[in-house]
Amino acid sequence: MDIIREAVAWLLAAEQYQGPGSVPQRIMEHLVFTAVAVGIAAVIAVPLGYFIGHTGRGLVWLVGATGAARALPSFGLMLLLVLVLGVTNRWSAAVSALVLLAIPPLLAGAYSGVHQIPRAVIDAARAQGMTESQILFRVEVPLSLPLVLGGVRAAVLQVVATATLVAYVGLGGLGYEIIQGIPLRRFDQTFGAAFIIVVLALVLDAALAWATRVSTPRGVRAGKTEDVRARETAHPAGVGTPLGNTLR
Amino acid sequence: MKLIRKKMGFVGLAAAMGLVISGCTTEDSGSSPTIVVGSQAYLSNEIIAEIYAQALEAAGYKVETRFQIGQRDAYLPELESGAVTLFPEYTGNLLQYYAPDVTAQETDEVYLKLQEALPEGLTALAMSPATDQDSYNVTAEFAAENNLVSLEDLAGLDGLILGGNPELEERPYGPRGLLEIYGVVVAFDATGPSTVEALLSGLINVANVYSADPAVAEFGFVTLADPKGMFLASNVVPIVNSAFAQELAPIIDPISKALTTEGLLALNLAAKTEGLSAAALATRWLAENGF
Repeated sequence: MDIIREAVAWLLAAEQYQGPGSVPQRIMEHLVFTAVAVGIAAVIAVPLGYFIGHTGRGLVWLVGATGAARALPSFGLMLLLVLVLGVTNRWSAAVSALVLLAIPPLLAGAYSGVHQIPRAVIDAARAQGMTESQILFRVEVPLSLPLVLGGVRAAVLQVVATATLVAYVGLGGLGYEIIQGIPLRRFDQTFGAAFIIVVLALVLDAALAWATRVSTPRGVRAGKTEDVRARETAHPAGVGTPLGNTLR
Repeated sequence: MKLIRKKMGFVGLAAAMGLVISGCTTEDSGSSPTIVVGSQAYLSNEIIAEIYAQALEAAGYKVETRFQIGQRDAYLPELESGAVTLFPEYTGNLLQYYAPDVTAQETDEVYLKLQEALPEGLTALAMSPATDQDSYNVTAEFAAENNLVSLEDLAGLDGLILGGNPELEERPYGPRGLLEIYGVVVAFDATGPSTVEALLSGLINVANVYSADPAVAEFGFVTLADPKGMFLASNVVPIVNSAFAQELAPIIDPISKALTTEGLLALNLAAKTEGLSAAALATRWLAENGF
């Protein structure tokens, strides 16, 4: 198809790689928005998710809030925030909209990461005399890492796609090439930039998928081959569980 | 699809033509076709389209409106295919769409070039004296501080930032035109829909605002004169499916003639301040102008 050939030609043209507004610069802008938004969202959502997962408190609130947040239309939210915060604060407005988009998957990942840890494991840690913070950092954090990273993966995927919209408020990124290309009828440019966004999303997703696999603790992976707990049917009542229950 | 009633009296020839050509757009060649009037996703444009629609209805046509179709990429294919019959357009901007490298700038020249550039099947009816075109604006304070009257006065000023839609960066009258024609150096900020707010907040100091935008009067912006004709003249012009051109011209041409830049500005201002709908504004305009 012609459009694909033209887009490839656009992507390979030398002028795309020099001067202001070059493709590498647009990719950087795009990635900076993605990294900042996911970073801020992680700082908010991961501790909150751990807290909810660890204590079991606020679960109803979590489900309701993340469900509602997922329904927010990012484009409308971004323009609304620009209007409310003023155009001079458009950078904060755009990042805030992306942060709100990234929080639900991160929160869900952190919460379920802690929540899925068998209670017996945590009770065993506690029975060995671990303090609450030791349980959190030595048991819950490593064991929850694969699911937390799964949440990061989902968040990054959504944000890298949605960061296209920041161009509507004049903040650049790869979306700029798309919304500039359409009225100019430069479809090679539009298609080329869209193609880069797709590639970017796939590359980031693959990298995070790999990180998720690597981060899985060896003990958890070993456990997959043989479920040790399942054999212990004659588990003597009273070991661990009652104490654990009273503590939580 | 039963319309001929009043139209017969209006223009006999047109009615006969309508019977002949209706086969092009409707499967039922026995009745006259519905006129589909479209508009851009731009309120000022929608008001003009509404004026056309109401005038056609008054002339006995069955009119269907397809407003807010969006930008040219969305609606021009509809016009070319015949799905939309009539559309208010702007000579300069439309010419630029079909002939991006065009050099014409002066009103009549642009209109002439546009007629040549239009694809087969589309006709430009007589253009209106009303213009709605790109213009560069600064705040009154900024103009006073730097003695700005025309684009020439910008030359030599440091730290100028031009704001507008993203495509302005690549237009012949964008940063490149300013440099080549007026020797003005500007940075560009794609402020898009928040261009007016960006100018007011000082994020940019030169803003591309359409000349008929009420914001210019509302905020007391100074529109910089363009003595070297960098901007394309852009008059309101009805674009019509060629099959209907002869038939609709007697109804639409007097409207184009009566619509002035001041009138258009007043309509846009009324839409903003009085909160009236495009339809209500169109009805009032038609009555005030004796249609």
